[in-house]
Amino acid sequence: MKSSLKIRSAKSKAFEILIIVFAFLITVPLLAIIYFVLKTGISKISWNFLTNIPKPVGEIGGGIANALLGSILIVAVAAVIAVPFGILCGIYLSENKNSRIARWSRLAVDVLQGTPSIVIGIVIYFWIVKPSGTFSAISGSVALAIMMLPIVIRSTEETLKLIPATLHEAGFALGLPYHKVILRIIVPCGISGILSGVILSVARIAGETAPLLFTAFGNPYISANVLRPMQSLPLLIFNYATSPYDEWHDLAWGASLILLIWVLLLNIGTKLITSKWKIQL
Amino acid sequence: MENTIISSRNFNAYFGNVHAVKNVNIDIPKNNVVAVMGPSGCGKTTFLRCINRLHELTPGATSNGKMLLNNEDVYELSPILVRFKIGMVFQRPNPFPNLSIYDNVIAGYKLNGIKLQKKERDQIVESSLTKAALWNEVKDTLHKKGTFLSGGQQQRLCIARAIAMEPEVLLLDEPTSALDPISTASIEALLYELKKNYTLVLVTHNMQQAARVSDRTAFFYLGELAEYNVTKEMFTNPKDKRTQNYITGRFS
Repeated sequence: MKSSLKIRSAKSKAFEILIIVFAFLITVPLLAIIYFVLKTGISKISWNFLTNIPKPVGEIGGGIANALLGSILIVAVAAVIAVPFGILCGIYLSENKNSRIARWSRLAVDVLQGTPSIVIGIVIYFWIVKPSGTFSAISGSVALAIMMLPIVIRSTEETLKLIPATLHEAGFALGLPYHKVILRIIVPCGISGILSGVILSVARIAGETAPLLFTAFGNPYISANVLRPMQSLPLLIFNYATSPYDEWHDLAWGASLILLIWVLLLNIGTKLITSKWKIQL
Repeated sequence: MENTIISSRNFNAYFGNVHAVKNVNIDIPKNNVVAVMGPSGCGKTTFLRCINRLHELTPGATSNGKMLLNNEDVYELSPILVRFKIGMVFQRPNPFPNLSIYDNVIAGYKLNGIKLQKKERDQIVESSLTKAALWNEVKDTLHKKGTFLSGGQQQRLCIARAIAMEPEVLLLDEPTSALDPISTASIEALLYELKKNYTLVLVTHNMQQAARVSDRTAFFYLGELAEYNVTKEMFTNPKDKRTQNYITGRFS
């Protein structure tokens, strides 16, 4: 009796340790990546790195200003397209849980979420790039917007679903029309969840390379014209890291670090927003 | 009746195929508290929600018959207008969690985009909270979120929010069922005060509460209005067998 009890508590202890070890292990890949990119990239980063465009092969120096500006522009335009679309769609899904449109639309969102980004890229190539006759930043933005949509829609839907139906009724009982109930009560109550979904989706698409390969294409110079090809951070990393030149590898490492910092900051921002703006229901 | 404010004629309400309210005829006099009681599922809440047209918002819900407010059929008016004239307080306190106490009280104006001077707003907030017997407890914390209040205070805040719109009728759907006895007592006392200015329709499944606060009582049973009479009369001398059984607790 006594010995079996000992074995049982030992097993229990062993299991406890096992799950702690795995919880710890999950942080290792991330920490390893951050450490490695930081170690290789930090020495490349300087004010000049951020404000200059790349130099031709053989010249020392140069920076990633074109890619940084391009990434910000492409992602911003993608967000402008995807955020209103996604929030409205998410509102519909949370308001009409069981309608036929909702079921189909939810399925579409799920499939879209799993669609490989390269497929989205090639479809946009045929839809926008080929007919317009030129690679363009806006076509890249459209591809990224399609990738953002499922994240924004789902986070909006899940957030708004948690808001009790009694709040709708409280609004209606005060004589509010439907759109004001949604826009003045329901959305403000879920704003922290909706915003964190938006920011996470921006973080998620910032590093997407495949949809940009044959849409935004890349550009060695600074360009702010969304109808022309534009450079972006992931494209620069892809092109320069696969080149045979050491100077270009340095640029790619520096750009990787910038991209990593971008994503980390957005994730931290999401956490801050969820804790600061959270509305106690 | 002389000063009837709400009356229904052959009123029916349905959830899909379920006939929840059956052929109800009732006259509710002005400045009275009318209790609507009955066992669970008897259609009392559904009937209440038909008065301010909230019932129709449930998917599949329909109704027919006449529901008159001052001799105008509410089903021929805009629902928005109807709900301005008929306020409602719900079973669970539901202050808007994104608004302060102050903004909750004037939510009906603020969210509808009705412009008010600061002085008017302050005045509406103070008088509504005073009428709801909450002013003294919250006058120093008006900027705090309404959800920080206790359950009973939240419910009084919801009453203040409803009466800030100066409705003619106030519907209360089991307003004390989620509250403790002390909060319940304070809300009941408040109902007594409120009937001076408003007509109250109170759904309750608590017979003692109906007996304590109401002037008239309507007894619903299986969707029908089984009996409707002056409260004292109904509790001392019920005419309908079903009412008798319910009041004496002999229900089978």
